Amino acid sequence: MTYDVPVAPGESAELEERIEGAAEGWPMWEVFVRARRGISHVHIGSLHAPDARSALQNARDVYTRRGEGVSVWVVPSSEISAFEPEAAAEYVEANEKVYRLATTYDIPDEVGQM
Amino acid sequence: MSDVNDVIVSSFPQGTPAIDLDPRLRAILSHADDNMVLAQRLGEWISNAPDLEIDIALGNIALDHLGVARTLYTHAGQVEGQGRTEDDFAMGRTEREFLNLLLVEQPNGDFAHTIVRQFFFDVYQLLLWAELSESDDETLAGVAAKARKEAAYHHEFSSSWMLRLGDGTDESHTRTQQAVDALWRFTAELSEPYADAWQKGTAMVFSEAGLLVPDDAYQRSGGREGYHTEHLGPLLAEMQWMDRAYPGMDW
Repeated sequence: MTYDVPVAPGESAELEERIEGAAEGWPMWEVFVRARRGISHVHIGSLHAPDARSALQNARDVYTRRGEGVSVWVVPSSEISAFEPEAAAEYVEANEKVYRLATTYDIPDEVGQM
Repeated sequence: MSDVNDVIVSSFPQGTPAIDLDPRLRAILSHADDNMVLAQRLGEWISNAPDLEIDIALGNIALDHLGVARTLYTHAGQVEGQGRTEDDFAMGRTEREFLNLLLVEQPNGDFAHTIVRQFFFDVYQLLLWAELSESDDETLAGVAAKARKEAAYHHEFSSSWMLRLGDGTDESHTRTQQAVDALWRFTAELSEPYADAWQKGTAMVFSEAGLLVPDDAYQRSGGREGYHTEHLGPLLAEMQWMDRAYPGMDW
């Protein structure tokens, strides 16, 4: 958004600073929703908000208006630590160690969510 | 020969004066009109709000108000018993026939104006729906019970923004106090049925937000009798023009 604000001499620096500050916008939050009791919160997206209370309100409006969940978490995106994509081999690949993959077990239906 | 009624009718040739309505119908229409007009105002924010998230939030609140208005208009049609539909009430009446509070027709202004207007109205509606959920009119009681939950969320949204803006930066504080000063004159109309409760509900948030109640005692009213400010006419013109240009249109 741009503003065409009449500026008196000497005021422009302060005004420009203010407009620049506004353009930076609100911090980003990650939203986690638990669809029903007994299962984990799942990341469903992100949003902008000035503080935690507002982030919860925005999460409600953007993601959970249609009865999607029984619980909502919001977390500042800046508080989330993650490895770089290039480090994936080190962190998340099984590296051909098939014994780590529990693929030979049949899980009975009664067990439910694993 | 003319009697008093003739004089009243001829003063307002555009439609039925509120004074002629059955009191029960009049009450239902008043609440329907509040929600219809505020929904239309909030809808003006779509694509214009300060952030995407606020755009969606205001749109959601507008839709809640629209839903209440639609149900109440339909109910008004049943109570009146002359076959008028929700569209007839919303799109077919003139400015003089709308019975909404003056507050809800006031322009959006800046974000602070919209929030202050919403907050004043939310405190009122929380009290209203609590009262009407005990109504003998089962339909009205049902609407009130549902609307009460929606109003609780609207109030959470608007009161938290009152705090954020009132107790925020110098700029946000100044703008919010200006909005309070500008809109205070329309609050007698909505606080009057609930005097102390409404005053208490707003005073708590005011003190936490560092906002001052204006000491200007001047108050405007008349919305419930169909006497409106200059802002309702243009709002209705925009809302109703299509139905007036193509009566009974469907899409």
